[in-house]
Amino acid sequence: MELATYETEGFFDELFTASGQPRSIAQPLIERINQMPPGEMRRRQTAADRVLYQMGITFTVYNEERTTERVLPFDIIPRMIEARDWVRIESGLRQRIEALNLFIQDVYNDQKILKDGVIPTELVLSSAAYRPQCVGFTPPKGIWCHITGTDLVRDGDGVLYVLEDNMRCPSGVSYVLENRQILKRTFPGAFSTMKIQPVDDYPDRLFETLVSLAPTHVDAPSVAVLTPGIFNSAYFEHSYLAKQMGVELVEGHDLIVKDDWVFMRTTRGLERVDVIYRRIDDDFLDPKSFRPDSLLGVPGIMDAYKKGRVALANAPGTGIADDKAIYAYVHKIIKYYLDQDAILPNVPTYLCSDPKDREYVLANLDKLVVKAVNESGGYGMLVGPHATQEERAVFAEKIKGAPRNFIAQPTLSLSRAPTLVNGHIEGRHVDLRPYILYSNPIYVMPGGLTRVALRKGSLVVNSSQGGGSKDTWVLQD
Amino acid sequence: MLSRVAFTTYWMSRFMERAENVARFINVNHHLALDLPLDEETQWGPLVTVTGDWEEFRRRYGYASQENVIQFLTFDPDYPNSIYSCIRQARENARTVREAISSELWEVLNQLYLDLQETAAQERAIASPHDFFEEVRRECSLFTGLAVNTMTRNEAWHFIRLGQLLERADKTSRMLDVKYFLLLPEPNYVGTPYDSIQWSAVLKSTSALEMYRLSYQRISPTDVVQFLVLNPEFPRAIRYCVAHAETCLHKISGSQPGSYCNPAEQALGRLRAQLDFADTREMFEHGLHEYLDDLQLKLNRAGDSVYDTFFALPAVEPLVPSHSSQFQYQ
Repeated sequence: MELATYETEGFFDELFTASGQPRSIAQPLIERINQMPPGEMRRRQTAADRVLYQMGITFTVYNEERTTERVLPFDIIPRMIEARDWVRIESGLRQRIEALNLFIQDVYNDQKILKDGVIPTELVLSSAAYRPQCVGFTPPKGIWCHITGTDLVRDGDGVLYVLEDNMRCPSGVSYVLENRQILKRTFPGAFSTMKIQPVDDYPDRLFETLVSLAPTHVDAPSVAVLTPGIFNSAYFEHSYLAKQMGVELVEGHDLIVKDDWVFMRTTRGLERVDVIYRRIDDDFLDPKSFRPDSLLGVPGIMDAYKKGRVALANAPGTGIADDKAIYAYVHKIIKYYLDQDAILPNVPTYLCSDPKDREYVLANLDKLVVKAVNESGGYGMLVGPHATQEERAVFAEKIKGAPRNFIAQPTLSLSRAPTLVNGHIEGRHVDLRPYILYSNPIYVMPGGLTRVALRKGSLVVNSSQGGGSKDTWVLQD
Repeated sequence: MLSRVAFTTYWMSRFMERAENVARFINVNHHLALDLPLDEETQWGPLVTVTGDWEEFRRRYGYASQENVIQFLTFDPDYPNSIYSCIRQARENARTVREAISSELWEVLNQLYLDLQETAAQERAIASPHDFFEEVRRECSLFTGLAVNTMTRNEAWHFIRLGQLLERADKTSRMLDVKYFLLLPEPNYVGTPYDSIQWSAVLKSTSALEMYRLSYQRISPTDVVQFLVLNPEFPRAIRYCVAHAETCLHKISGSQPGSYCNPAEQALGRLRAQLDFADTREMFEHGLHEYLDDLQLKLNRAGDSVYDTFFALPAVEPLVPSHSSQFQYQ
């Protein structure tokens, strides 16, 4: 196989050193690949793709013309992380989540961090993700962000940065679990010799995290996953997680609130629900509290929630902590609540709401990545160096029109990993999304979803924009 | 169990059973056509007639050639009862309730759907109908067999079974009815070898020929009707289907056999009683076609009352995908 002639082309590569030698963690797998007869990798890739189709691991893409079901492209060459590196990532993520959770609790209650002037009050209260409905509320055990998917990227210098914290309804964990199943079939030999940390217990841990939120008087709590429905692009994941946990998958109209208790409509009448893992955004959760035009939610569920009769994960209002403008303050947040220095660095961030920053951003659009503060999935984003003059001009106007809505960051030279493209192995840019459960102690899944930008040179890894995924192997010591 | 999920599993199973019956039906007719000196339309037309969708077929296809009928009943995406449409709907239902059914069930259904979408499938159905329809039938049987072997006998199972049995009872009655439509053009075929060939075909259409022979050896119209309508032990006989569907209802509600606690149990209980005490002489006196028509009507009513009993929800606005997507993806 041609890995012998693989070129890193000056990028930081996850499996190869700058001189083109396999990193020691990757050595055993690369040797295996090099010993394969020609066409063998392609054959295994085809077999993996077929399994994805058979299992129907698809997401739905809607556009003006038609609706299509697609599999998330999957690359069989795994990304690998050393145990030593992982220990640092894990403790960095724990620290970050703990601090952000304290921040949310504070913002909706005492607002000490605002009174102490650490973060501008205006910046927090003007966030589209700030929910006045949650003021004065403390969720069960004081936990807001039960499930987080934090995006990490490695720059050209080899340093891992936190790119963003996804604390609303981060998706993708089902792909991690399925990818692992498929790779066990693809490289069974590697698994038996390489000591790869398992991820398969995630659904059990998720279930335990959810059950622990149930109101204390409930003996056998009933847990449900709330989905917007089959049209949602992440429906497969909702259904997958419900199935793995053995809990009901409900849609908004399966639920009804009566006397501030939440019930499911079943063939035997109404049955109470105690904990809901909701995969519906705050805005659509309860037409009585949030957007009145939402058909997806459950009228009255917020009242039940505030009376402690049903637990919701993640807690409504959590989104305030992953506003991309708040992101710029995470290091201060960690220092303020935990009196610690942040373990994982942030990407330098310019807030367009700040006049000086804005001026810099507008003058350097060709060098920066601009992001809308409350969007995700690669939407509402400008990659300056890859954009045309016109696109940059359009964005400049958007920024001037609503500065609070935008931040900018330097364009990172994302690290790459060898990827099978049309039967050849070439470097492609990757990121990493580990999943974190706020249980006791905080659990960080070893590995997570490695997303890969399949288009040559592309830096956008989102599945909606031509991205694929890889299995992530965190090795044991 | 959620009412929505129950409803969805019930229909998933009905659609699968429907697809399997259509496949078997076409295959048997293909073999029959090789034996009978009938013109193409007389031979293939009744397949469409018994579906009750003759007018739609006429309007869109015109002539009932073998190819047109196969296209209509197998692949037509706009005809809701074509095999393709049934499988598509069954799969869509399964996709909605993957958390409630075993992965094995989902995967066999998904694979069948993907196979039917291949253009090669249409070519094969015309070029070698026997192989093609036999394969579809086998995949459907695999689905049923996997359900038996992988599902806990919980509510989801009973709804799957209920959907299958009600659909099957209806289809068996329609297969019997084909004979009625086939006979009409040439009444003097009665008692000829062709008559016996046709009755055998009806038995084959319900996978019943061999089991029938174990009981009766000779083909006679009365015995065929006795076997397919009133046999309490043959799994495609109407009486068997109705009795077992009724059992499913009792398992779901927990009420005692011989009683009822909801309209569905009442409707099926009455129908079961009618079949328990029926005899074929009455049926022929009444007119077999009319008798079967009445059975189909009662089965439909039973299906409606299943809906009213378990699934009817206060009106909910339908969920439609919106282009200005209501969600954000993280």
